[in-house]
Amino acid sequence: MRAWFGHHLHSFLGTLRRFARTPVATLFNVGVIGIALALPAGLCVALANLQGFAQALASDPQISVFLALDTARGDAEKLHARLKEHPGVRAARFVPREQALAELKANAGLADVVESLAHNPLPDAFVVEARDASPQALERLRDELGRWPKVAHAQLDAAWARRLQAGIKLAGLAVAVLATLFALALVAVTFNTIRLQILTRREEIEVAKLIGATDPFIRRSFLYFGAIQGLAGGAAAWIIIWAALLLLNSGLAELSQLYATRIQLRHLDAADSASLLAFSAGLGWFGAWLSVHQHLAQIAPR
Amino acid sequence: MISFSHVCKRYPGGLEALKNITFTIAAGEMVFVTGHSGAGKSTLLKLAAAIEPPSSGSVIVNGQNVGALRARAIPYLRRNFGLIFQDQKLLFDRTAFENVMLPLHINGFERREAARRVRAALDKVGLLDREKAFPVTLSGGEQQRLAIARAIVHRPAILLADEPTGNLDADLAAGIGELFRSFNRVGVTVVIATHDAAFAARLEARVIALREGALAS
Repeated sequence: MRAWFGHHLHSFLGTLRRFARTPVATLFNVGVIGIALALPAGLCVALANLQGFAQALASDPQISVFLALDTARGDAEKLHARLKEHPGVRAARFVPREQALAELKANAGLADVVESLAHNPLPDAFVVEARDASPQALERLRDELGRWPKVAHAQLDAAWARRLQAGIKLAGLAVAVLATLFALALVAVTFNTIRLQILTRREEIEVAKLIGATDPFIRRSFLYFGAIQGLAGGAAAWIIIWAALLLLNSGLAELSQLYATRIQLRHLDAADSASLLAFSAGLGWFGAWLSVHQHLAQIAPR
Repeated sequence: MISFSHVCKRYPGGLEALKNITFTIAAGEMVFVTGHSGAGKSTLLKLAAAIEPPSSGSVIVNGQNVGALRARAIPYLRRNFGLIFQDQKLLFDRTAFENVMLPLHINGFERREAARRVRAALDKVGLLDREKAFPVTLSGGEQQRLAIARAIVHRPAILLADEPTGNLDADLAAGIGELFRSFNRVGVTVVIATHDAAFAARLEARVIALREGALAS
């Protein structure tokens, strides 16, 4: 057991030394793997953020009912009562036009524009929450409310968010395809580096075989090499995404100040980070294994 | 310890390197395999060390039929041997110390014990003060002695040497011969292939003479 552990430690340290001996080549290999992984992983992060955003919007589907501009307050109150009695409506909130203007003024940094208006261009409105949140029911309710007298327009607020969600699902599929391709690229890169390693260490392998090294013994240092290179590539990808988010978030901070909301992109959480690293190390190991399997048998001592 | 019976070795292309060879080498014996170049000396050693399989006949080492061994068992058989090659096969990107360390590392020795043994082996061949030297900086005789140190460091039961004095002058060759004699004295079975009849005669050991792939005597 001790000897076994010693063997592995020795292989591990030997591999690190080998990396240190060719720092430039190592850096480039790790860089290539890092970029190859950063693309799909970065897209995953973007999608996760977008999804969180869309879910927050879509979770509470509302119908905005805008009244005609010339509606008298009394008519509006009658409509309010009718809405409350409607079996499909869970709640209806009246937003008078003055309040809407005040909110607009406070919210969106448009105070100057609102100040300069001669009269209030906004209509009275209701914000209606439906009892049944399924898209079909919502659309039916919207159409019905839109046909009521004095109603100028009824709008399903969450419709675009739902469409966005469907779009995200599709994009997720595209990312999965992309991730598969880049995973293959990682395996190919490792395959080739290991092939070169085996060629340059041919003599060493030959001598080791002559002295009585078993195949697993010889394989081990190459497998370590592949796994460590993959792991380093995964770490590089993580750093690339982290740096990109840092850059984007500083830009977003400005933007979100304008909209008086807080938009912040989140990095991979601990579990996802760990699986990124495990995945990249595993792929590196696999590439090395394929290469070793392919090339080691060709080296027979003479 | 090593026994060949009716061993033939043909290479693809029809070259018959060994023809119907039968002999036995007892444990603790010192034996020279002599003959001109091309007589089959190297082939004989390769067959003994399971580097190549015989075409027919059987090679028995330590009671194991080498030709019938599974590929996975061969490394363990080889650990019984100390091999010294004609071209030495030193690793030029490693120091003398690391070269000698290799067999111990493969055999799974604990590091401290291994370092102690490496120094003992280097001391035995007179290279203790060169342990940090790379093989290129060593002279021909020193390289040969380094190869010997690597072959004996794991204390093998059998030492197989292929032309160990191939390109050394007579004085150096005599020194190497003494070294082999001293290993033999502590019980190691020593088999040396050489074309140098004088070298073999000086050490007064049994001789297996080969001529064109067949036993000459």
